[in-house]
Amino acid sequence: MAAVNPENRGLRLAVRYLVLILIAVIFLFPLVFMVVSSLKPDQQLLSDTSSLRAFLPVGDISLNNYADAFARAPVGLFIFNSVVVTGLTVLLALAICSLAAFSFVFLRWSGQGLVLAVILATLIIPFETIAIPLLLIVSRLPWIGIEGFEIGWLNTYRVQIIPWIADGLTIFLFVQYFKDLPRELVEAARVEGASWFQVYYRVIIPLSGPVLATAAILKFLIMYNQYLWPLIVVQQETYRPVMVGLGYYFQLNPAWGEIMAYLTVITLPVLAFYLVLQRAFIASIASTGVKG
Amino acid sequence: MAEVKLTDVRKSYGKVEVIKGVDIAINDGEFVVFVGPSGCGKSTLLRMIAGLEDITSGTLEIGGRLVNEVQPKDRGIAMVFQTYAIFPHMSVRENVAFGLTIAGMPKAEKERKVMEAARILQMEHLLDRRPSQLSGGQRQRVAIGRAIVRDPAVFLFDEPLSNLDAALRMDMRMEIGKLHQELGATMVYVTHDQVEAMTLADKIVVLKDGTVQQVGAPMDLYHKPANMFVAGFIGSPSMNFMDVQVVEARPGAVTVRAPGLDPVTLPIEEGGFAAHSTARLGIRPQYLEVYEDAAAGALHGEVALVERLGTETVVDVTLTRGGKVVAALAEDRPLQLGSQIALGFAPERAHLFAKT
Repeated sequence: MAAVNPENRGLRLAVRYLVLILIAVIFLFPLVFMVVSSLKPDQQLLSDTSSLRAFLPVGDISLNNYADAFARAPVGLFIFNSVVVTGLTVLLALAICSLAAFSFVFLRWSGQGLVLAVILATLIIPFETIAIPLLLIVSRLPWIGIEGFEIGWLNTYRVQIIPWIADGLTIFLFVQYFKDLPRELVEAARVEGASWFQVYYRVIIPLSGPVLATAAILKFLIMYNQYLWPLIVVQQETYRPVMVGLGYYFQLNPAWGEIMAYLTVITLPVLAFYLVLQRAFIASIASTGVKG
Repeated sequence: MAEVKLTDVRKSYGKVEVIKGVDIAINDGEFVVFVGPSGCGKSTLLRMIAGLEDITSGTLEIGGRLVNEVQPKDRGIAMVFQTYAIFPHMSVRENVAFGLTIAGMPKAEKERKVMEAARILQMEHLLDRRPSQLSGGQRQRVAIGRAIVRDPAVFLFDEPLSNLDAALRMDMRMEIGKLHQELGATMVYVTHDQVEAMTLADKIVVLKDGTVQQVGAPMDLYHKPANMFVAGFIGSPSMNFMDVQVVEARPGAVTVRAPGLDPVTLPIEEGGFAAHSTARLGIRPQYLEVYEDAAAGALHGEVALVERLGTETVVDVTLTRGGKVVAALAEDRPLQLGSQIALGFAPERAHLFAKT
């Protein structure tokens, strides 16, 4: 290997950091703009957009927009609804999709290739095309809950959760990850007396940290950003999630300052969730690159 | 403890038959080694005994019980894999105790069994480590420990030493031999390494293309190979073969000759060789001797390669009349590359095979 000139090395490092900083800035600017704008009155916010001042907390700075945003809509309720819907969907999706993938990879049953192909084929169907048929189905589905038997799932948490639990992408992620796990581990566990379910939760799931984190983050983002589906199946404020709640601020005259304040508040759970899982997420993205 | 009996066992993947009617009887407490080249079906056969592969036809009995359709966990077997297959997220202790935990054994008894296995395998100090902190040999010890604690009727080893370096392989080989003596359990061991097969086995099963070529004690296979494949596969370096012409065939004696080989009469027990037919003469390299008087040798040639191993000298000889032979001569010999050499052998040491 050729010796590296220290000067060249320093220059290369400088260029590398410059590029990384540039990329970071491009990704961070919208967030900075959002947070900074949430502190400005509408008039200044709009006039600042034509200059770099848009990204600087200068001028008439206050938390008034936050107070107004909370006064206009039940922000706490919307966030609570989104966290409940998103949290439950993510947990159920991890359980159901990993079990499905387990059966595709480790069990042998007739027709499994076809079923997997059909599931993967659903990846190419845009949600908008099935929204109306799905609406017709969920509006007539029966349910037995604490209030007894009822027909129709509209205006509930379950209508926002259950149709979104299983999806082709999450199953595909698990299938690909499970295929790379050494098959001997499963065979050893089987010989040692483990049932298929014991193999799943004692051997496979403890080794699936990276894919669980990846699937959780992807699912979280999809669910937290839900707009069209809750818009058509939830008419009552009680079950409304954050994205639909954004509509409260787009009345005759959009209140941009309040919108930015609202967006800043609802971004916090996403950041918190990402920070918790970031290690595993990066590990999983990295591992897909180095596997031979 | 249990005996294992395979009767006309077959295995097909679609239209491809990989195990073509195998009959093997393994006695209680016996150490049996399946040996053969890659793709001969030895691992598949072992996995069929373990229940990890379905049996297409034929019967498999363990301890007198038909187990064709029995789940692996209910066959009374334990298996050690080539890749160790120890669980990376568990400590050594948890790995060894895995089967017992699954079976719901009380904690105290489980701990006693784990400690007993750890003592036998001398790995008490490793129990709290993770597999990633262990060397290859230590990992294989953990895998064997996991097998021991369940007191299985039959131990199955699938090339357990292939991933270890040469020195460690010899140590572990001796340990597995000792383990068999200590436990007295039935053991079935798959390897492509004939040294492992020869040193460990009570009985060797030589396989080729999904069929059994010969079953017997290691020395029986070495001295009385049933066919050319077994003769060539067992023994290192491999047996030398040459085409010969049968000059005369009498009960108990067959005289053969070949270009470059003076007529020699072999004390062959079985008949089946007719005069003027061709056959294959087999001589192990260890049974070739150097004739000091070059004119007196049965085989004449030129030294093409000399490998000095200390205890023996392996010589490749290019024969004057074409072909080549390998001789493994006792001790160090002062042989020069390119020098002329004459080799002879005792007729009773040679083998004669029908030409196929």
